[in-house]
Amino acid sequence: MSSIKEHFEIPGGYRKWSMILMGVGILSLIIGFIMYGSADHGTRFWATLLQNSVYFLLIVNAAMFFFCATTLAWGGFQMTFRRVTEAISVSVIPIGIITFVILMCIVFGGKETIYEWLNKDHVMHDEILKGKSGFLSPGFFTVWSILTIGLWTVLGMKMRNLSRSIDNTPLSVEQGKKYMFTNTVWAAIYIVWFALTVASVTPWLWLMSIDAHWFSTMYSWYTFASTFVSGMALISLFVVYLKNKGYLEYVNQEHLHDLGKFQFAFSIFWTYLWFAQFMLTWYANISEETIYFKPRFDGAYTGIFYLNLIINFLAPLLIFMSRNSKRNYATVTFMSILIIFGHWLDFYQMVFPHHYPDHVPMNLFDFGVAAGFVGLIMWTTGTALAKYPLLARNHPFLKESIIHHT
Amino acid sequence: MAVKKFVVGYFEDEPELFDAVKNVRKKGYKIHDVYTPMPIHGLDKAMGLRDTSLHTAGFIYGITGTTTALSGIGWIFNADWPLNFGGKSHFSLPAWIPITFELTVLFSAVGMVLTFCYLCNLAPFVRKHHFNLRSTDDQFTMVIELTGKANESDVQAFLASIGAKGINTQVAETGWWLGSYGKDKGPYDRAEGIELA
Repeated sequence: MSSIKEHFEIPGGYRKWSMILMGVGILSLIIGFIMYGSADHGTRFWATLLQNSVYFLLIVNAAMFFFCATTLAWGGFQMTFRRVTEAISVSVIPIGIITFVILMCIVFGGKETIYEWLNKDHVMHDEILKGKSGFLSPGFFTVWSILTIGLWTVLGMKMRNLSRSIDNTPLSVEQGKKYMFTNTVWAAIYIVWFALTVASVTPWLWLMSIDAHWFSTMYSWYTFASTFVSGMALISLFVVYLKNKGYLEYVNQEHLHDLGKFQFAFSIFWTYLWFAQFMLTWYANISEETIYFKPRFDGAYTGIFYLNLIINFLAPLLIFMSRNSKRNYATVTFMSILIIFGHWLDFYQMVFPHHYPDHVPMNLFDFGVAAGFVGLIMWTTGTALAKYPLLARNHPFLKESIIHHT
Repeated sequence: MAVKKFVVGYFEDEPELFDAVKNVRKKGYKIHDVYTPMPIHGLDKAMGLRDTSLHTAGFIYGITGTTTALSGIGWIFNADWPLNFGGKSHFSLPAWIPITFELTVLFSAVGMVLTFCYLCNLAPFVRKHHFNLRSTDDQFTMVIELTGKANESDVQAFLASIGAKGINTQVAETGWWLGSYGKDKGPYDRAEGIELA
């Protein structure tokens, strides 16, 4: 093991590009604020920020979910690149703070820019919103957001510290068993909290309450599937990048194959949820429900609606179906970028149609803000990768991962 | 199919088997097949077998199912017997998707099972020759076909030199025949094995 490159050094180009992207993000933010900040209650401005921050927060959090879920399941294959997923999950801290600030600005900004349930007079005269007012209230929203982001941060730190704590202490078999048990317990706590946040309440609050009258019981699962696929795509991108730079010597096509399988499988899972939500609404044809799909399916967003389906379902289904494409670094890179973009688009059509049913207001501002978040993820992840060894070298399951093959 | 002559070697351990497979291939003998009690990772690669094309067959069956479902439902509800379901249009793609999905899965699953059975010659009343009954229990069995070049005693000596625990020569039918296990001896002539201690 002495010959492997355990310490990542951030290349100059990487640092430069992350800075440039973050610069583009900040510039877009400023220009966007000048252009849209005050017009139209600032809806356009805050909707873009909401979409991007929530999307990128959920995909970096998906990396954390990935390593906690595999830990809980006593999985071994991911151990050679587990530090990469840990490094990505560090981004939960800065993006979580940014998201929280944005959410608080939206809720306590004094205007009903995004959420119509903020208007007390309106809620009083609306039977449906009145019924939901316990849940859709600034108090509950704030408390739940703090708990969500706070516990993700704390539990993520705990898991990362556990992983680093044995870097210089080889474990005996007994210690290894004890170590695995501790890991399992903390991962389980995180998974339970994940189920209560991403897989249920949090997307209802942050995204579904934009269309406050409408609801779907599949919404959170659908959001989870969306972000988990993108999270796997993000992990694949970093793994391929590091592999290209000559790091991660123990990662080979077998591991890449499994990452590809995750993207393939969860793309289909996403489609299943997407379709179940759409088809039931379409079939029942009740106006309270179809109102959600009216602008999306049969209106200004029709193009995005079908593009979404092509990028996130047809492309992964047909391209990732064969074994060879999942083992090919170029195909995996291409598909990962496509999937991250596709689900960004998916989030776009979750957030915007309620306020802009007649036209799609997408322009460079949206892409600029997205670029800023990409830069931030690159910067945080790169720094985290450089700080600690790339290989969890004393982990009991490391050998299993090195000899892994499918 | 044909009746051929084989030299059969028994191995007790997985690592020995892997080395033996490598050595036999290096020597240039033709491996008929290797029988093991459980699936062994990487053995197919060591033997130089090509990847199965079962999944390609599965894809074709799946596409057939999709086409069958869409064209079937499309014909029924548009041409043959148009019905009015709550005012929806006759061409209602979303409503057809579940059935299309089901038929895709059904066709590919049933088709792949049948193809698999065909490829492995698995069916009631289909008999195949067993080179070593203990390969279903605790022994690894390598079967080498005696082609024109290979000499029986040479192959036996070679197998002994690479660690086979038991060696014999069998003349057996390579394909399958109709019959039932337990009654029928089959159209082959079984040569007695030469056991090495």
